[in-house]
Amino acid sequence: MADVTYDGATRIYPGTEIAAVDSLDLDIADGEFLVLVGPSGSGKSTALRMLAGLEFIDGGSVSIGGRDVTLTPPQDRDIAMVFQNYALYPNMTVAANMGFALKQRGIEKEERARRVREAAKVLDLEEYLDRKPKNLSGGQRQRVAMGRAIVREPQVFLMDEPLSNLDAKLRVQTRTELAELQARLGVTTVYVTHDQVEAMTMGHRVAVLRDGKLQQVARPRDLYSTPANRFVAGFIGSPAMNLIDVDPGNGPLQLGTAPITGAPASGTAVGTVGVRPEHLRLGSTGINGRVTVIEELGSQAFVHVAIEHEGRDEVLVVRDEGETDIQRNDNVQVGILGPCHLFGTDGERIDQ
Amino acid sequence: MSTERSQIVGQSRRSTIILGLAAWIAALLVFFPIFWMVLNGFKEEIDANSSPKLIFDPTSDRYTEVTTQTEGLLGFQEAFTNSFVIVAISTLLVLIMAIPAAYSLSIRPIAKWRDVLFFFISTKFLPIVAAILPLYIIGTRYGLTNSRIGLVILYTAMNLPLAVWMLRSFFSEVPKELVEAAQIDGAGIRGQITSVILPIVAPGIAATALLCVIFAWNEFFLAVQLNSVDGSTVPIWVSSNVSTRGNFLAKLSAASTLATLPVVIAGWAAQKRMIRGLAMGAIK
Ligand SMILES: Nc1ncnc2c1ncn2[C@@H]1O[C@H](COP(=O)(O)OP(=O)(O)OP(=O)(O)O)[C@@H](O)[C@H]1O
Ligand SMILES: [Mg+2]
Repeated sequence: MADVTYDGATRIYPGTEIAAVDSLDLDIADGEFLVLVGPSGSGKSTALRMLAGLEFIDGGSVSIGGRDVTLTPPQDRDIAMVFQNYALYPNMTVAANMGFALKQRGIEKEERARRVREAAKVLDLEEYLDRKPKNLSGGQRQRVAMGRAIVREPQVFLMDEPLSNLDAKLRVQTRTELAELQARLGVTTVYVTHDQVEAMTMGHRVAVLRDGKLQQVARPRDLYSTPANRFVAGFIGSPAMNLIDVDPGNGPLQLGTAPITGAPASGTAVGTVGVRPEHLRLGSTGINGRVTVIEELGSQAFVHVAIEHEGRDEVLVVRDEGETDIQRNDNVQVGILGPCHLFGTDGERIDQ
Repeated sequence: MSTERSQIVGQSRRSTIILGLAAWIAALLVFFPIFWMVLNGFKEEIDANSSPKLIFDPTSDRYTEVTTQTEGLLGFQEAFTNSFVIVAISTLLVLIMAIPAAYSLSIRPIAKWRDVLFFFISTKFLPIVAAILPLYIIGTRYGLTNSRIGLVILYTAMNLPLAVWMLRSFFSEVPKELVEAAQIDGAGIRGQITSVILPIVAPGIAATALLCVIFAWNEFFLAVQLNSVDGSTVPIWVSSNVSTRGNFLAKLSAASTLATLPVVIAGWAAQKRMIRGLAMGAIK
């Protein structure tokens, strides 16, 4: 087990100009479950592959357990990786797949079999040990891929969207199991996903990437309550935070007709106001609006309300009680309950 | 639901039958000369040369004739031994060289791999007739004419470009993640090739080896030019049964049938390997 450090790590793919991962600085503590999240093409996989040794590091360095591994080949990094498509060896049985790394390290046959059996027991794979991967279901293959990683007892687990090939229900179930397993084994884990719900539910800390640049690293609740910039604010949370552009220097700060409290000291130009759906309420006072869409989820409902803001149309998403009796085209008032987030014209958070 | 299971939805039964029939006719047309050759080998010379007859009294005399050794002439046994040795060694050498080459052109492509690939195939642009004189001169100087070694070298060179091309395309189909997984699991280049890549590309290797065997086995031009006295191969033995004095069609057919057999057996063996390998499939 070990801590992991990215120190200004940069990857520029040959034939491209822009860095896929741009001077990434990240410290991951021993035993931590860190999730890398971001939209498609943001460099999550690249960052992970740099740690694995599968991508050349063009600048900066990466170290595992205090050892600089920037130039160390993957064989010698003592890491285990779970691939998105699992990458199970098709010609080997489940047992051979799981034991392959041990065999490469020259571990005795009996010892190998014992450790494979142990891992298989943890993952409920014992009855499949003699099967070939092609005779397994998607969920079973996923577990074999996990098993291949855990028998190694490596310094770090790397996982690149390991749940994305599972159906929704299995994904939620496996998510919990995986988080539990990681906590039990206590192995430092770097986990890549583009699913912010996965990131929020599994990660001890979450690192948000965009265009190869690290936006913010924080505990899930901090990421949610104090997003560092407009991008993180819009990316984390489902449904997304309402982000309304405001014209800076136009008298008091307002959302529609409602004043916004806690405005910053004068001189700081506010570019965007953000407010989460649960911090808005439909009531008898507030911003006038008209209901355009109602997403009824049973326990709660998300109501889209068209409002007029600075002379143009905007839509606010408001969380309401489930089984709401509001109808489309109803005229409603939206009140602001909770904190608003303010972002400067450059998108950075303005502390209030 | 009365339609057959094997039938594709929407395809009428009639067009299925017509297509099937066309395939059979094409296959039979291609196969017919071989069938006729086999039949002729069991006939008397007189029957083989007269009007075609399907019903006849089969005899194995022609086979006895072609396989009995005549003093001073190229014998059946000698030719087959030469061919077996030359084909086996040259095919083995081709694979030993082509597998690493294919690896470095596909799995971890070297710089300018396209140019290298083109360079390989460009060696096949030269007609072999154009090279025969220098080959002959070099061969005689180093004592490689009328020897198995000479043909082993030439057949290896002849089949290598093709094998590299074929293997490269098979290797390219190995999912990148598998090799990466093997790397992370601690396998070096040799481990990656033997434990992960080779089992997956085994059908491709079988197909490549089969083609090399066929080409080397049937090669005539180089053999007859360079090894006409010693180290002669099966094609030369077959042609030695062509006589200017009289027509010996049945005998020639018997010799040709014998010459074809090893290739057919090799093909059958490779096919079994190929199908077994393909059935292994399924990456995800
Ligand atoms: N082999 C490559 N050669 C050139 N550019 C690449 C290569 N691999 C990735 N890229 C580019 O690098 C950037 C980051 O890619 P990466 O695969 O890390 O994204 P990602 O965050 O994992 O996205 P996704 O969620 O779609 O998997 C992208 O713009 C991509 O186009
Ligand atoms: Mg990715």
